Amino acid sequence: MPPTIPTPHSFTLTIDGQDVTATVGQSILQVANEHHVEIPTLCYLDGLSVWGGCRLCMVQIVGQARLVAACATAATEDMQVVTQSPQLHDYRQTILQMLFAERNHICSICVANGHCELQSWGQKLGVDHIDLPYRYPDLDVDSSHPRFRLDHNRCILCTRCVRVCDEIEGAHTLDVMGRGIQNMIIHDLNEPWGDSTTCTSCGKCVHVCPTGALSEKGTSVAEMVKRRQFLPYLTVMREAK
Amino acid sequence: MAQTITINPVTRIEGHAKITLHLDDQGKVADAMFHITQFRGFEKFVEGRPLREMPSIMARICGICPVSHLVASAKACDELLAVEIPAVAAKLRRVMNLAQLVQSHALSFFHLSSPDLMLGMDADPKERNIFGLIAKHPEFARDGILLRKFGQQIIERLGGKRIHPAWVVPGGVNEPLAEQTRNEILSEIPGALAIARRTLEWFKSIAPKFEEEIESFANFPTMHLGLVGPRGELEHYDGAMRFCNEDGEKIVDLTEHRRYDEFIGEFVEPWTYLKFPFFKKRGYPDGVYRVGPLSRLIVADRCGTPLADHELTDFRLRLGRAPMSSFYSHWARLIECIYGCEKLVQLLEAPDILDEYVQSRASVNRLEGVGVSEAPRGTLLHHYRIDRNGQMRWLNLIIATGHNNLAMNRGIKQAAERFIRAEKIEEGALNRVEAVIRAFDPCLSCSTHAWGQMQLLMQLRGPQGELLHELRRD
Repeated sequence: MPPTIPTPHSFTLTIDGQDVTATVGQSILQVANEHHVEIPTLCYLDGLSVWGGCRLCMVQIVGQARLVAACATAATEDMQVVTQSPQLHDYRQTILQMLFAERNHICSICVANGHCELQSWGQKLGVDHIDLPYRYPDLDVDSSHPRFRLDHNRCILCTRCVRVCDEIEGAHTLDVMGRGIQNMIIHDLNEPWGDSTTCTSCGKCVHVCPTGALSEKGTSVAEMVKRRQFLPYLTVMREAK
Repeated sequence: MAQTITINPVTRIEGHAKITLHLDDQGKVADAMFHITQFRGFEKFVEGRPLREMPSIMARICGICPVSHLVASAKACDELLAVEIPAVAAKLRRVMNLAQLVQSHALSFFHLSSPDLMLGMDADPKERNIFGLIAKHPEFARDGILLRKFGQQIIERLGGKRIHPAWVVPGGVNEPLAEQTRNEILSEIPGALAIARRTLEWFKSIAPKFEEEIESFANFPTMHLGLVGPRGELEHYDGAMRFCNEDGEKIVDLTEHRRYDEFIGEFVEPWTYLKFPFFKKRGYPDGVYRVGPLSRLIVADRCGTPLADHELTDFRLRLGRAPMSSFYSHWARLIECIYGCEKLVQLLEAPDILDEYVQSRASVNRLEGVGVSEAPRGTLLHHYRIDRNGQMRWLNLIIATGHNNLAMNRGIKQAAERFIRAEKIEEGALNRVEAVIRAFDPCLSCSTHAWGQMQLLMQLRGPQGELLHELRRD
């Protein structure tokens, strides 16, 4: 009987020239996070499934012409990952600029001012101007729910709310409707949030939202602090079962 | 030969405007119009926004007096929530509102108007500004800058920043006052008070020199409007809206602010973006009334603080109960600076001022709300209607400069009749017409909304529109 070659459980790769250890099944982003290498993300949230939609976590892999999303690409042995380069910086800045230009992000009067991931990535990556023309779409605010509010003007369609509602709460009240630029977050079959029969009013969507799109009613400017500790806690407790 | 003179834009005011003077065949001023040339648009773009955002959105109307809009807006929102805000929150809002009053009065008096008073109405326009003042009278200019800084720093200490702080929110304020901050502010008040007092003494000494300006700066009888406290004292945050007649006698004390539209009507003229509020019982345009520091001192029975009351007594002994010339607004502003400093001490020394319960919480309980406060320039009114989900459906704002619109138009006509000679426009005459407007301290960015460049163009045109004479100031 030929000797079986055991699949190594862990292996080595390099991120930004530094040797790091990874285990099988980990994404590049997870490995980077474990080794304190910061890669910008917006749609990714530890504890939720991977979406790969925002493209902010794009990295280069030496020997590959195409950039890959670090959250959605498995780390493999001897992979050489580059997370910082002028080209990546440009791409990330452009992505952020497109997000800012797409809808109406008015930080100064936003409930999430100072607690917003889009805003803080904009600051960290030096987005001090938007070179693209703003679209200024005329979008609604849904305040029909007694406790929460959805402001489409601030939404970046990261779908964290959709995933947390489906995967963690199990209600699947939220989903995405429309195509391309007409993508919108909806409740049930595009009904006002207050009329939703499936929403449990748990508020998870509000707290995973990276911007001021989902907020608690009664918060004024800069008062909407997001609390996400529940997510790793719930994930770990369910795995333990 | 009929002619038209245009002053465009008017300088050393907050915002952008132009003045048109029409001369008749004899070269006398036939009519005068004060045009606000920008459009604000806030009424439209807040539609659909959550009410909790309103104070911060409204504060963006103006960079000079954001606090006034914050306060009036938060009060309108308090009505929509139907809450009584914690007593300490009301005191803290008052502190910020008074700080705003002092800094804005300092800006209006020292930075904008005092070059006319200190250097002369006919001084070279190149020097007749705050920089000319710094060069010629550095101590005086320093006083002005320090007094403004005093007010601005209080706002920054309370709200985190000087312009557009987000600290005043529906239901109260969002952070209690720290003891150290209280002590820092208290330690600075004596210095600010000393500046206000010595400036007032100086103003009283020079005021008689401006006899001609006093007589012709909107010096005609009108009604006055201002807030008064429960004992008729000077008030800037809450209290009854008091209308007085030309002699300073009370016509009505309106305690339910939401009934304002029973008394105030708004007229629209096609040549300006600023509406003309008028007192309904007298109709348009006879229902002309004024607001602002001078009006507040006329409608109030007393100030309610010792030094300010002393000055108010002196003011009334010299000028009578209801002096009508808007030139005296400068005097009133300085009395209010003294009042502001004294009142700040009273508020900050209150035993409960450091209480930590500063915000009442509630959701929407009423669909219509009115908030009224006194901005430095006069009575400010925010009127909101919302839907059941707390989103804005409609709003109306009556800004101090709006209340004064009729009086300002009459005022420039009066000054133009006095100073403008048809044969040739003197630069000093032009400046005097502008100075009438400056005495009202209008905030045009508040009353509408503005952008653009400051320059000045005054043209004298013949009946066929040919240019007879032109004066330009860049």
